[in-house]
Amino acid sequence: MSETLSPTIVKARSGLAKRLTGSDAIIIYILIAVVIVSMISVRFFASTLTVGFLSIQVIPILLIAMPMALVIISGEIDLSVASIAGLTSAVMGVLWRDSGWDIGIVILVSVLVGVVCGVFNGFLITTLGLPSLAVTIGTLALYRGLALVVIGDQKVANFPKELNTFVLSKIGTTGIPVVMIFVVIIIAFFAVLLHFTPFGRGLYALGFSKEAATFVGIRVGQAKFWLFVGTGVVSSIVGVFLTLRLASAGPDNGTGMELSVIAAVLLGGVSIFGGKGSIPGVVGGVLLIGVLTYSLRLAKVPETALIIVTGSLLVLSVVAPSIVSWARERLRLARVHRVVQQTPSSGSPHA
Amino acid sequence: MSIDTLRPPAHAEHSGPLHAVRGFFRAREIPVAGALVVLVIITTLINPRFLSPQSMKDLMLNATIVIILAVGQALVIITENVDLSIGSILGLVAFGTGTLFNAWPGVPIPVVFLGGMLFGAVLGAINGFLVTAAKVPALVITLGTMYIFRGILTSWAGSKQYFSGDNPKAFGNLSVDVFLGIPIITIVAIVVVIAVGIFMHSVRAGRDLYAIGSDRDAARLFGIAVGPRVLAAFIASGALTGLAGVLYTSRYNSVGALTGSGLELDVVAAVVVGGVAISGGTGTVFGAAIGAVLLSTITSSLTATRVDKFWQQAFVGMLILAAIIVDRAVSVRNARKLRVSESRDV
Repeated sequence: MSETLSPTIVKARSGLAKRLTGSDAIIIYILIAVVIVSMISVRFFASTLTVGFLSIQVIPILLIAMPMALVIISGEIDLSVASIAGLTSAVMGVLWRDSGWDIGIVILVSVLVGVVCGVFNGFLITTLGLPSLAVTIGTLALYRGLALVVIGDQKVANFPKELNTFVLSKIGTTGIPVVMIFVVIIIAFFAVLLHFTPFGRGLYALGFSKEAATFVGIRVGQAKFWLFVGTGVVSSIVGVFLTLRLASAGPDNGTGMELSVIAAVLLGGVSIFGGKGSIPGVVGGVLLIGVLTYSLRLAKVPETALIIVTGSLLVLSVVAPSIVSWARERLRLARVHRVVQQTPSSGSPHA
Repeated sequence: MSIDTLRPPAHAEHSGPLHAVRGFFRAREIPVAGALVVLVIITTLINPRFLSPQSMKDLMLNATIVIILAVGQALVIITENVDLSIGSILGLVAFGTGTLFNAWPGVPIPVVFLGGMLFGAVLGAINGFLVTAAKVPALVITLGTMYIFRGILTSWAGSKQYFSGDNPKAFGNLSVDVFLGIPIITIVAIVVVIAVGIFMHSVRAGRDLYAIGSDRDAARLFGIAVGPRVLAAFIASGALTGLAGVLYTSRYNSVGALTGSGLELDVVAAVVVGGVAISGGTGTVFGAAIGAVLLSTITSSLTATRVDKFWQQAFVGMLILAAIIVDRAVSVRNARKLRVSESRDV
């Protein structure tokens, strides 16, 4: 009986309807609701200034969340991202201070730091087959430590002024920062990579079952290796961005960001077990945390409440699906129970 | 076979003194303890004052809090979970201890310890309940509760701090007085390590934690109450973190909103360095404790040998990676050996 009931329900909710009620759609609905409520109830929220401040604030997390989503979908994790950003910042500061190179070359070499860090993570995880959680806790300490070794406790702050102004510049009167264009390109790149290429589709298979993915011909090791190189490169770009935005290179840039990124990605509907999640959902998750933080801060809610909200959102986002599926199962059992009870009383022939 | 592999390495071999010795040297704790001994010897050769009584006392005091945290974390990691909220729990309990002394200056010290452990246990129970009831990975839940507990602490504490001068003298003396050259709070830590170590080695419930970490489904089929056991591991970890929080208030100068933040990854690192696999099912709390001592000793020995203090964290990172790689090499070798011996049996 139960077998005949459930497929019809699933079949009825296909295509567009499914997309409109999926978990990433729900995140986006909540995001829209939060934006509308903030616009109505929080003074000064509905202005172009908001757009500017908000984007500058969420860009680092938004950027790293992209490759991180892919890594988590494939069933791994990378905790070393913030440390890579810090190391990049430190290297960039020292190169700019001591080498006398053009800032363009300095930035290019700094991004290479991310490539090297990513390759090292990838090597340990795929070639040696070590668990990514443990490896990246190690490289979290190692890369942050190297940042300290490179720059010590100094700061380098004499970067060209034009670059800082460029990072903070806005497109016309919209309030949208110019760098947002690059961010959108990177988001689009990862969205296409994940949703429309065989490589990206393979990641879902990989996260779902590594053995099965191997059997259908996905090069598991290679795919994972490139994912970690990807998080390395993007983390480095964020390191450069943070350095230019703060106009200061130091060893502690981006400290603690890894957990905020992971919180945003998971809130965006990516399953920590792997195999589930989407880029629009992740973007929604990042923006939701960003908008909530910003509007609560604007409404003069103390900083401490913000941390509680972030944490509760994270817990809720993972506990809610469990509660929903538990409730669904209960309802289904109740219905089956009813049907079974009714059958004999209606005097059907096969009773 | 699966039951044999659940036993600690020292007993995995057939009985007999030779096997026992061989098993002892194959135990995962040995390389870590060896690294610790080598570290202490090298440091002492460079700077003989490293082993002076005062320096020894500082070494032990610095390691105490991390040892207790590592023991609690090891319990959770052995069940293939992780608790990232311990830094926040420690902060809450430490600040709570300060508040308690402030509100009730004459409170008996045992009551403070009991209260702190109870508070920690309640917070651990929240984690454990969410993990077991919602069947969501502990990494996510405890990441969330890490933020929530920290948020509660910061709104509770605000900019307020309690200083060691505010506490009764007898309480502060716990981390000053020594017994046989060992500070009192370090003795507490050693007792904890031995008690939990024996529990994990010899008590049914302790062995169950290993079974759950090795293969949860098999453990369930075997009739082990997986949910309650994991919940208990989280409660125990919370209670030990609470104990560490009370000791923290005794040991350090001040407690406030930021107390214990960032501690979680240090403790996980110590546990991993101590040979407890992050994938669960293996390792001992003795190993975790030695890992904690090793990590805190590195800091002191870098200072003692006048190595640039900036290298400290990089060393810790390399050590963690080395520990994981060694661990992997050992388990690959063991698996191969197992395959050979099994095929011989057939």
